[in-house]
Amino acid sequence: MPTTCDWENSVFKRSIENLGNRTLQAVWRIGFAARFFVAVLLHSGTAFRRFGLTIREMYFTGVLSLIIILVSGLFVGMVLGLQGYETLQTYGAEDALGILVALSLVRELGPVVAALLFASRAGSAITAEIGLMKATEQLSAMEMMAVDPIARVVAPRFWAGVISMPLLAALFSAMGIFGGYLVGVQLIGVDEGAFWSQMKSAVDFEQDILNGVIKSVVFGVAITTIALFEGYDAPPTAEGVSGATTRTVVTSSLAVLALDFILTAFMFRGLN
Amino acid sequence: MHNDNLVEIEDVEFGYGDRPVLKGVNLTARRGQVIAIMGSSGCGKTTLLRLIGGQLKPGQGRVRVAGQSVGELGQAGLYRLRRKMGMLFQFGALFTDISVFDNVAFQLREHTDLPEDAIRDLVLMKLHAVGLRGAAQLMPAELSGGMARRVALARAIALDPMLVMYDEPFAGLDPISLGVTGNLIRRLTDTLGLTSLVVTHDVQESLKIVDYIYFVSEGVIVAEGTAAEIRASDLPYVHQFVHGEADGPVPFHYPAPPYADDLRLGKQRV
Repeated sequence: MPTTCDWENSVFKRSIENLGNRTLQAVWRIGFAARFFVAVLLHSGTAFRRFGLTIREMYFTGVLSLIIILVSGLFVGMVLGLQGYETLQTYGAEDALGILVALSLVRELGPVVAALLFASRAGSAITAEIGLMKATEQLSAMEMMAVDPIARVVAPRFWAGVISMPLLAALFSAMGIFGGYLVGVQLIGVDEGAFWSQMKSAVDFEQDILNGVIKSVVFGVAITTIALFEGYDAPPTAEGVSGATTRTVVTSSLAVLALDFILTAFMFRGLN
Repeated sequence: MHNDNLVEIEDVEFGYGDRPVLKGVNLTARRGQVIAIMGSSGCGKTTLLRLIGGQLKPGQGRVRVAGQSVGELGQAGLYRLRRKMGMLFQFGALFTDISVFDNVAFQLREHTDLPEDAIRDLVLMKLHAVGLRGAAQLMPAELSGGMARRVALARAIALDPMLVMYDEPFAGLDPISLGVTGNLIRRLTDTLGLTSLVVTHDVQESLKIVDYIYFVSEGVIVAEGTAAEIRASDLPYVHQFVHGEADGPVPFHYPAPPYADDLRLGKQRV
């Protein structure tokens, strides 16, 4: 039977303590993140009263993400054109290429891939910026100047991200459809009339486009909240900021994929 | 509360988690004076400033600024009080995404409805006071350490505060910038009629400009007095600090087991 001393020093006890500490920290962090999210919503007045602040952040998060979003959208659409044609022609249904490209992009690939790109391009930048502002005491300085950093720095970035995300997803889908058209119609020779008319008749505004927009808004909320929280909570050191930036990309990418499944499950019509 | 005292700290205790930092500090800052808070690194000097600014709340005791108990104020009251305070952070903490001009104009734009013409004149006057009117359009990354500190000082006095707190204003400066910064603190305090609290461990520079000095060690005030009294003090801690001696009440060595034991002298090595 182990003595008290053995138990005090045992690896088993330390690992249980370690597990308990980690669990407590994780729960505490989730609670802090929830309070942070509520605080951002409550302090959003400035972001709308002084909309110039939000517009400025939309330039950094949205406009500067345009290149990567547009180029990626074009290539994804071109690949869809090639792969779709390959499969559809087996069944003699190559005229339906327009439907395949448009529905894949508007329902899934547009919001999801644009969100993943947004997380790595804009999300990481937001975390690094806020983290460094904290590490260099800029946020403390702002507090000491009687200006609330949540209202002045965090909320405009949050709304800029939430507004930019659906616009970027729409542009991604538009470029993708153009890429599919280039490959399918111009390169392979699918009938142009059939490509556009079948797309027009098959894509439903409410079920396809609106659901895609809802997805991208939800992704925008998730990514910007994670990015802002990680930056705000980052330890004020070089390793702290780099770790927070990595966590932003990993966590928000996983969140986007998980949320996509949940949202798709709610929007699914196949069983009706 | 004495009317002449702008800041009064009474029996303040504070700790981070289980680690006590301040163990019953009493301190007052009279209006119009430059007060230095000195002590070795990590003794709780910056914590004191954060308690006065309301960024931290004391565990015990009371911090009063202009008669108001800082720890008991809500956010609105605290922000109203902070508009009358300026703080100079250790490395300036300038906003790096906007110019020197916009940094100094920040509070004026946030807290007043002044037209842009008036803001421009005020900003240039503040920058002129710290000798950097010509640097108004530079970005913070283009400034030297001393210049950044002076811009931060101009920003701290933008709203004509009654109290300015300086966190290590002399750290990492060359001798010229050191003298310039010291003189600026003294001159601005006298001409603007404000009260300055300087947290520092630069003894020689601060003894030249301050009216009164508090020494903090291990969470308590161990000595206080005017510059002349501090120079003449024979308290071992103050003597070691003022004369920069390596060993004394503050030991050179971090606590460790006996040296001979660590080197395993007198024991057979395996």
